[in-house]
Amino acid sequence: MADPKGFLKYKRQEPKKRPVAERVRDWKEFYEPIAEETLKSQGARCMDCGVPFCQSHTGCPVQNMIPDWNDMVHRGRWQDALKMLHATNNFPEFTGRLCPAPCETACVLGIIDDPVSIRVIEWNIIDRGFDAGWVAPVVPARRTGKRVAVIGSGPAGLAAAQQLCRVGHGVTVFEQDDRIGGLLRYGIPDFKMEKHVIDRRLEQMRAEGVEFKTGVRVGTDLAAQDLRRQFDAVCLAIGAMQPRELSVPGRELDGVHLAMDYLTQQNRLVAGDAVRPGERPITAKGKHVIIIGGGDTGSDCLGTAHRQGAAQIHQFEILPEPPKRRAESTPWPLWPMQLRTSHAHEEGCDRQWSLSTTKLTGSNGRVEQLHAVRVELETGPDGRARFAPQPGTDIQMKADLVILAMGFAGPVRAGLLADLGVALDQRGNVAVNEDHMTNIDGVFAAGDAKRGASLIVWAIREGRDAARAIDQFLQAGKRTAPQP
Amino acid sequence: MAIPHHGAMPSPQGLYHPRHERDGCGIGFIVNIKGEKSHGIVKNGLQILENMAHRGAQGCDPCTGDGAGLLIQIPHEFFRRAAAEGGAKLPGAGQYGVGMVFLPADPAQRRHTELMIEAVVHEEGQQLLGWRDVPVKESSLGELARASMPFIRQFFVARNILSEAQFERKLYVIRKRIEHAVRESAIEQRDAVHVCSLSCNTVVYKGLLLPNQMAPFYQDLADEAVVSALAMVHSRFSTNTFPAWSLAHPYRYICHNGEINTLKGNLNWMRARQGRMHSELFDRDLDKLYPIIHEQQSDSACLDNAVEFLVMGGRSLPHAMMMLIPEAWVGNPHMDLDRRAFYEYHAAMMEPWDGPAAVCFTDGKTIGGTLDRNGLRPCRFMVTYDGVAVLASEAGVLPVKPEDVRLKGRLQPGKMFLVDTVQGRIIDDEEIKHDITRRKPYRQWLLTHRISLDELPEPLNVPQPGHAALRQQQQAFGYTIEEFKMILTPMVVTGEEAVGSMGTDTPLAVLSERPQLLFKYFKQLFAQVTNPPIDPIREQLVMSLVTNIGPKPNLLGETPESCRRIKVQQPILTNAELEKIREITDEHFRSKTLRMLFRVADGADGLGSAVDELCRQASQAIKDGYSFLILSDRGVNADWAPIPSLLGVSAVHQHLIRECSRTEVGLIVETGEAREAHHFACLIGYGAGTVNPYLAFRTLIDMERDGYLPEGIDAATAQQKYIKAVNKALLKIFSKMGISTVQSYCGAQIFEAIGLNHDLIDRYFTGTASRIGGLGLRELGEETLRRHQAAYQPTAVRLLDYGGEYHYRVQGEQHNWSPDVIYRLQHATRTKNYATYKEFSRLVNDESRHRANLRGLLELRTGAPIPIDEVEPASEIVKRFKTGAMSFGAISKEAHETLAIAMNRIGGRSNTGEGGEDPERFIPLPNGDSKNSAIKQVASARFGVTIHYLVNAKELQIKMAQGSKPGEGGQLPGGKVDETIARLRYSTPGVGLISPPPHHDIYSIEDLAQLIFDLKNANPGADISVKLVSEVGVGTVAAGVAKAHADKILISGDSGGTGASPLSSIKFAGLPWELGLAETQQTLVLNNLRGRVRIETDGQLKTGRDVVLAALLGAEEFGFATAPLIVEGCIMMRKCHLNTCPVGIATHDPALRAKFSGQPEHVINYFFFVAEEARELMAQLGFRRFDDMVGRSDKIKPQRALDHWKAKGLDFSALLHRPAAPAGTAIRCVERQRHDIDQVLDRRLIEQARAAIETGRPVRLESPIRNTDRTVGAMLSGEIAKRRGAAGLPADTITVAFTGTAGQSFGAFLAGGVTFVLEGESNDYLGKGLSGGRIVVYPHRGSKFIPEETILIGNTSLYGATGGECYVYGAAGERFAVRNSGVKAVIEGVGDHGCEYMTGGVVVVLGRTGRNFAAGMSGGVAFVYNEDGQFPKRCNLGMVELEPVIDDEDVALLQDLITRHATYAGSRKAAAILQQWQTARPTFVKVMPIEYKRALAERAQRARLVPSAG
Repeated sequence: MADPKGFLKYKRQEPKKRPVAERVRDWKEFYEPIAEETLKSQGARCMDCGVPFCQSHTGCPVQNMIPDWNDMVHRGRWQDALKMLHATNNFPEFTGRLCPAPCETACVLGIIDDPVSIRVIEWNIIDRGFDAGWVAPVVPARRTGKRVAVIGSGPAGLAAAQQLCRVGHGVTVFEQDDRIGGLLRYGIPDFKMEKHVIDRRLEQMRAEGVEFKTGVRVGTDLAAQDLRRQFDAVCLAIGAMQPRELSVPGRELDGVHLAMDYLTQQNRLVAGDAVRPGERPITAKGKHVIIIGGGDTGSDCLGTAHRQGAAQIHQFEILPEPPKRRAESTPWPLWPMQLRTSHAHEEGCDRQWSLSTTKLTGSNGRVEQLHAVRVELETGPDGRARFAPQPGTDIQMKADLVILAMGFAGPVRAGLLADLGVALDQRGNVAVNEDHMTNIDGVFAAGDAKRGASLIVWAIREGRDAARAIDQFLQAGKRTAPQP
Repeated sequence: MAIPHHGAMPSPQGLYHPRHERDGCGIGFIVNIKGEKSHGIVKNGLQILENMAHRGAQGCDPCTGDGAGLLIQIPHEFFRRAAAEGGAKLPGAGQYGVGMVFLPADPAQRRHTELMIEAVVHEEGQQLLGWRDVPVKESSLGELARASMPFIRQFFVARNILSEAQFERKLYVIRKRIEHAVRESAIEQRDAVHVCSLSCNTVVYKGLLLPNQMAPFYQDLADEAVVSALAMVHSRFSTNTFPAWSLAHPYRYICHNGEINTLKGNLNWMRARQGRMHSELFDRDLDKLYPIIHEQQSDSACLDNAVEFLVMGGRSLPHAMMMLIPEAWVGNPHMDLDRRAFYEYHAAMMEPWDGPAAVCFTDGKTIGGTLDRNGLRPCRFMVTYDGVAVLASEAGVLPVKPEDVRLKGRLQPGKMFLVDTVQGRIIDDEEIKHDITRRKPYRQWLLTHRISLDELPEPLNVPQPGHAALRQQQQAFGYTIEEFKMILTPMVVTGEEAVGSMGTDTPLAVLSERPQLLFKYFKQLFAQVTNPPIDPIREQLVMSLVTNIGPKPNLLGETPESCRRIKVQQPILTNAELEKIREITDEHFRSKTLRMLFRVADGADGLGSAVDELCRQASQAIKDGYSFLILSDRGVNADWAPIPSLLGVSAVHQHLIRECSRTEVGLIVETGEAREAHHFACLIGYGAGTVNPYLAFRTLIDMERDGYLPEGIDAATAQQKYIKAVNKALLKIFSKMGISTVQSYCGAQIFEAIGLNHDLIDRYFTGTASRIGGLGLRELGEETLRRHQAAYQPTAVRLLDYGGEYHYRVQGEQHNWSPDVIYRLQHATRTKNYATYKEFSRLVNDESRHRANLRGLLELRTGAPIPIDEVEPASEIVKRFKTGAMSFGAISKEAHETLAIAMNRIGGRSNTGEGGEDPERFIPLPNGDSKNSAIKQVASARFGVTIHYLVNAKELQIKMAQGSKPGEGGQLPGGKVDETIARLRYSTPGVGLISPPPHHDIYSIEDLAQLIFDLKNANPGADISVKLVSEVGVGTVAAGVAKAHADKILISGDSGGTGASPLSSIKFAGLPWELGLAETQQTLVLNNLRGRVRIETDGQLKTGRDVVLAALLGAEEFGFATAPLIVEGCIMMRKCHLNTCPVGIATHDPALRAKFSGQPEHVINYFFFVAEEARELMAQLGFRRFDDMVGRSDKIKPQRALDHWKAKGLDFSALLHRPAAPAGTAIRCVERQRHDIDQVLDRRLIEQARAAIETGRPVRLESPIRNTDRTVGAMLSGEIAKRRGAAGLPADTITVAFTGTAGQSFGAFLAGGVTFVLEGESNDYLGKGLSGGRIVVYPHRGSKFIPEETILIGNTSLYGATGGECYVYGAAGERFAVRNSGVKAVIEGVGDHGCEYMTGGVVVVLGRTGRNFAAGMSGGVAFVYNEDGQFPKRCNLGMVELEPVIDDEDVALLQDLITRHATYAGSRKAAAILQQWQTARPTFVKVMPIEYKRALAERAQRARLVPSAG
C-alpha cells in the first residue's frame, strides 16, 4: 500500500453518467470514461485492510484480490492488476459493468465513509487490458484428450468452459439460441453492456480452443443419451429461465409481456436483427407502461422503455419501500437492505411500493388498466410472512404495456433435465453434491440452474468451481494438468 | 510434598524438564592478599554469605534454602589432626589431596560407591590414605534438606608424583573417572553422589542450606584450625524447590551468578572438539576425561568443567576465563592491538560462553572475579589497609570501619579483579591482560595464518542469475506474493525488517493445511527474568557478527596454525563471496559442494535416504581432507526437489558432532529457501557458519527488472540493504536471548520446535525441545513435494501462491479472526444478542475443522451434568476477566477509557499498559463510573511510573515480556507522541520514545524478587503480578517468580499484541498459551508452589470454551485484548503502527478518533456472553464453583487429528499430564504470599514521620542502615502519595539522615518533600523511580579514599525516575540515570551506558564517564566535565550532539546545580570548579539530544506565535 492516508485525502468518485437527455436517445453504455488519475487516487483510497471484508463471504463471490489490484492501479501497474484480476475472475468486463458489487457494501471504508469504488476500478482494469492487447489467448501446454460438454453459454457456462479448456480438456459449449452469451447477451440491455464486450471475450475463448455450437437444443436436437456418450462429462449451466408468473385476471391480454421477452427482442433489434417471424414487436413508444417488479430486471425494462420513447412509466413493487440508508437489520458488512436508485430510475419513473396487482382489464383483448391494492407484510397463522391487502386502498391505473419482471423460479425442468433424469432440490433447482455433481455420474451443474437466479459474479464463481470438480473427476487422482 | 529421589531433580515429566532449571544468586570472596592464612578469613567468608541471604531463596519449606557453599584452602593442620582421628596419617602439606564427596545415604550403596572410588584411585597409581566422616549437625537443616541429605565424607589421596601440577592433574583425572564410573554404575542412589572437590589446594563445603545454616551444619568450619587465606562463597536462588545438594556452589574452580545462554551450542562444540584434541600434559589420560562436560548438570557446573579443563590443559586461570568469557573486543576501537589479537586468535578456538555472568574463580593460590562483556551482574570490591580484599555481589557485606578502607570499586564489564596470594598483591585488569596477551606473538600469528574474506581474490566465475524459471524456483521454495510486499520490499527500502501489528491468528505450521517451510516449526527462544535481553541497537558495542569459518583447531594447543581460518564480517555471503571460497586453491581451505537435493521420483520417503546420503558424503569429504562443506540446493528442477535447508545443515552438523569430526570443517549453506531473518537465524543456530541466499538475491534482481523496487534503489543497493536488514534482525534475534555474538549463536540451538516428532528431533535436531510430537521425515518430504509439484506441473498462468499469512485472503492461510467471526462478534455485542454471540462462538470453537490452534484439538470430558442454575453466576465469573495491557499511546483515549469503565463496572480489571495514566482518571466520575485502570503496568521504560501511579492500583503488573515481541524493546515514533502522551510519559511532544528490551533492574531472578519487594513496599495493598510469555521452560521461570513472592503470574500466549512489532517476532517467537500455562501449572504443583500464586493467561482468548479450557489447564484469571477491541469496533486493519486506524482505536488523529463507536455496554455484553457460555460448559462438566475447575486437566481429552495429513502425529499427553503430588497439594491458589514487609525500616520512619505527613510540619530523623535494609523510602512515599497525591509534601518536610551501607533500591519512588541523606555508600537501584524526593550521598566522614574516584552507589541508579534531585559525592556504576525523565542529578563519575534512554531531567557529571554515554537518549540534557578531553569518544553520538555550554540559561542552570551539589553533598571538586568557574566552564560539554532540541525549538516558536495571534 503506497499511501496509507489515501482514504483521508480523496473522496469516492465514480465515472460520470452521460446526461439523461442524451443517453436515452441511443443504446450506448451510459457511463462516460473516467480519467486515469482519478482511478489512481480511487485505488489509493483502499486501506489494504488486514482483513479485507471486500473479499470475504459477505463480499466478492469470486474472491477477487481486491486490495492487491487496487494497489497496482494506484501505482499505475495496470498489467499487473489485470493479471491478478484474471487469476480469480474470467470475465471482469461483465462484472465490472453489471455487478451490484457486494464487495463495496462490505468494504471496511464503508464503516466511516463511502466505500472504495471497486467495481469501476475492476472495469477499467479489464477494458484497459483489452485496449492494450494484453488479453491474449491462454493456450494449454498439452491436451488431456478428455471431452466436456457445457450446456448453456451464460456466464456460468462460459467460465466453466474457459477453465476446463485451459487445463487441456476438449470443451464444447452448446447454446440453444442463435448467439453465445445467454442472459448476458439477450437479457442485459446494451446501455448497460454493449455486446462487442462479449464478442471479444468469445474470440479469446475460441482461440484457446473452446468449441461453440449455437442453435442446438440439447435434449431435442441432440439426445441426452448421445450427449453422455460423446462426452466424458457434462456441465449443465442452463440458467434459471422459468419466469415467475402473475396469476391475475387479465394476464392473457395483449400488451402484457414477460420482461425477458421484452428485453430479448430489443437486444436483437440493437444487434441488427429484425423481429422474428411469428413474433410481435413489443414496444413502449408513446405508451403508458407499468413494470411489475422492482428489481434489476425491472430496472432494465425501465431503461429500455425510456429509450423506446414511453409516454409514462410506473414501476410497482409488492415489498414495502426500503429505507434510504442501510437498514439496521443488515449492518455492515452484510448486503444492505436499502433503497437502490439505478441509472434508469434517474431517467424518470414513478416508483410505487407495497402494491399488489389484483387484475388487468382492457378492451378488444388489449390491456388498458391495471388494478392493484396496497398490501402490508404480516405474519400468517402458519408463521410465514404474507402480503395482506389493505381494505379501501384499491387503485387503478392506465396501462398500455405491462411488463412482468417478477423474477425467476428456477431452471426449465421440461426437456433436458427431465430427459437426463436429473434430480432437483426442494426449491426446484438442480441438486448437486459438494463436488457440483448431480445424481447422474459425470453430469455436473453450475450457476443459476443450480443455485437459482443470482448474480453474474456468482455464476462465474459457480462455473469455476464446477470446472475444478469436473477436472478432478476426469483426472481421477492422476494429475497431469494444473487445476483450473 | 513428595521427596523425590536422593538429592536430585525429578525426572522429565509432562511439560516439565529439569534442563530448564535456572538459578541466580549472590557471590563473593574474601582474601588475605599476602596469603596469610587465618580462621578469621573463613569466619568472614561465612558472614559475607549471610549478608547476601536475600539474594538467595528458600523453597516451599521456609527452612530449606536453595543452596550455599564455601571454598577454602586446605587447612593442613586441621586435616592432619582430623584424619589421624580416623586412623589416616597424612603426609606434609601439599603432599596429599582432599576429596569432599556426597555419598548415598544408604550404607550398602555408600560402601559400593566408596569401593569404586578406591578402585579408581588405585588404578591411577595413587594411594588412598583413608576416609573421614564430615561431622554435620542435621538438626540445623530444613525438613526437605534433611530428607534428601547425602552422607558426607572426605577422603585423602597421597601424592605419588613429582610435581604438584601433575598431581592436581591426576586428581582431576581421578575425579572424572569416578564421575563416569558412578554414572554408569547400577547404584540406585547414584544421582546423590557428587564429588564437591578433589584437590591438593582447595576444599569445598556446600549443601542445600540457607547461608546462616552453613556454620552450624558443618562443624569443621567452627574449628579454629580451619584456616585459609581465601574464602569463596555463594548463596543460591534457584527457580525450583527440589532438594538438590549437588547444585550448590562453589564448584571446583568457580562460583557463578548468571546464566549461560549459549550452553547448548557450547556443549555441542566441546563434544565436537574431542576428535581434534591432544595434549602432552595429559598424554593418554585425555580419553579418560571424555565427555569433558557431562550434559545433565547446571550451566554453572558445565562452565566449571570447561574452566577446569582449560586450566588442567595448561592455561592459567585468568587466561581460561578470558577465552570463555571474553570482553567485547570487536566493537571497541580503543582496545590495544595485542589484546585484540589475543581475543581474535582465541575466537578461532573457542566460542564465547555468552550470557550475563559474574564469576568468582580460584585455584587456591590466585583468586579473582570477572564480569561478562555487558556487565549484567553487579560486583563490588573493597580493599582494606590491612591487606584484605573483599569482592561480592553487593557492597557492605562485611562491615569494615570506614577509615580502614583503602580502595572501593566495582568490576566493570568484561574486566577482571585478581589477587595473587603467592605474589602477595592485587593485579589489575590492565596488567593481567597485558601479560597474558603478550605471552605469544598472537598478532604475528594472525597476520600469517588468518585470512580475511575480503582479502581473497575476486572469483573467476560467479553464477549469473537469469529470469527463466524463476517463478518455478520461487514456487518450489514456497515464496508467496505476500512476501514480496510484506517482507522483502520493506527490507530493501528501509534496511530493516518489516513491522506489523495485531499479533498473529494463523495456525501453527503443524496445523496448517498448507505446506510450510521447516523454519516455521521452530520458535525463537528469548530471555525472561533469569537473564536479560540486550538492546542490539543502543548497546551495539557488545554485539558482533564477525565470525571465523573453517576447521577449528585443537583446543589444548597453542600454535601459529591454530588461527588458520577465514574471517568474515557477517554471515550472509553474496554470490561472489561464496565463489571466492569455492575457488580457493590453498590446500588448507579446499571446499567441497554437496548437493542438498532429493529425487522427486523417490517420493516423500526419498527425503530420508537423501539426508543420510548427505551425511555420508560429508564424512567422506572430511576424510578426503576438505575444509569447507558447501551444502547447496542449487539445481532444483523438475526431477530434483530441495532437501529443506535447515534439515540438511542440522543433520550434517549433528552427524559430524557425533563423529567428533565437526570441528574439522566449516559448514556453508547455499540455499534458495532462506529469505527472512528467522530463516538465517535457524540455519546458523543449527550449525551453519555462513549462508548464501541465492534465490533471495535473484528475486531482488527480478524485482528491479519488473520495476518493483522503489525509485533510486537498484538491485545492487537492494542487495546491500537486504543484507543489512538481515544482519540487524539477526542481532536482534541473538539479543533477545541475551546473546551478543554470532560466533556463540552458531550451533546454540536457541529454538523450540513445535509440531515435529521425536524421531526427527532426536536424530536431526538433537536436544531441541519439541513437546507435543507431530510430523516426521515423511511428511516433511511431502510438504516439499507439494511445493515442488505446484512449481513444476505445467500451467498456463504462473502466479505465485498468495500466502495470506499476514493479511487475510480468502485463498490464503486460515485466520482465526476471519471476517465472519469479526462481524458476528460486533453484531452480537452491539445488539446484546446472545444468539448471534453463539454463532460467533460456534465459528470460533469449530476448530476441529479449522485447527487454528491447539485447543481446537482438545475436547471437554463432559458427563454428570448439573442444572445450570446451580452454577456460580456470570456476574461472579466476569470478575476474573481482564483486558489486555494496551497503552494509551498504542490505543486512543476513547478506546482506552471505554475499556476501563466497562471493567470497573463489572468488577474485572483493565490494564494501563506501559504508557502511564492520566491522574485525572484516578478520581471517580460523578455518575459512579471510574476510568482508573485497576492494573497498572510497570514495564521496562517505566513511563509515568510514579509513586502516585503505583498507589492508585489494585494490581501492579511487571511486564517481563510481550507476546508479540518477547525479548524486544519498543519504539513509539515521534509522530504519535502528542501533548497528552508526552505529559503522561514525562517526555517531550514530537520526540520518539524507546522502551529498552530489558528492565534494567531485572537481570536475574533475585533482581525480580527485589522489584517485587519494591512495588509491594510502595503499595502494600496491591497484588504484584508478573507477566511472562509462553516458551519452553516458562514453568521453571514461573516457579522462580513464585518464590520471588509474586502474587500472580500471567502466562501470555504468543499470538496477541497490538502496536508495532517486527513481523518475524510476531510469527516466530513465543508459543501458544496452552503449552506455557500447562507447563507452569505442572511445575508449580510439582514444586508445591501452586498454592501461593494465582495464574492468569491470555493470548487470543475469545469464547467461554477458551475460558473453561484455560481454567482446566490451570488458570484462575483470564485476559482478553483483541476480542474487546473488536467489540469496540476494531476490524483488524493491522495498521496500528501507522496511526491511520479508520475506526478510531489505534490512532491519535482527532478526525479518526471521532469515528470511534465503541461503548462500555458493548464490552460488558461481551464479557457476560463469555461468562454465560462458560457457565453452560461448567454445567455440562458438573462444576458448581469456578475454583473447582482450576487445574482439572483430567477433564480434557485430546482429539486425534487423524484426518489431517500433518497434525495426526500430535500427542497431547504431556500437555494434559498431572504430576503425582501427595494428597493435599494445592492445584490452585489457596493462600497469600508472605512478603516480609512487616519489619522494614520504613515502618519506623512512617511512625516517626506520621505527624509530618498529616500536617506538613517538618521533621528530621536519623537512622543507621545496612545492606539488608532494602527499598528504604518506598513505603513512606506510598503513604505520602495516598494522602497528598502526586505533588507530595512541601520541600524538605521530612529529612532522614542515614549512616552505613544502604541496601538495594535506596530511596525508591521517593516522594516530593522527602530528603534522604546517606553518609556511607549504597548498592544498586538507588533512587529507582524517584518521584520528587531528594537523595544526597557522601562517603563516611572517616573514609580515606578519594571520593571522586570511588564507587559510592551501585548500578542502575535513578532508573525510571520522574522527578526530584540527587547529589552523589562519589561515582556510580553502570547505567546511571537510565530512563531518567525528570530528575536533576549531580555526580562525580559514572560507569558505562550513563543517561541511557533518558527523556528528561538534567545530569551533571563532574568526572569521568564510562563508554556508551547517552545511548538512546532522546530528551533532557547532560553536562559532562571533560577533563581528559576524551569524552566524545565515550559518548554514543547516535541520537545526541555535543555543544559548548555558552547559553546563559545553561550556564545558570549548571552553576546552580553544582552549587547545590557542593552544599548538599560537600563535594570538594564542586567547590573547586565553582572557585575557578570562568576557567572551568569551557571544560564542560553539553550533551543535547537532537530530536529534543528540535522539539524545544518548535515549541519555543509556537509560544512566540501564540500571543501575536491572540
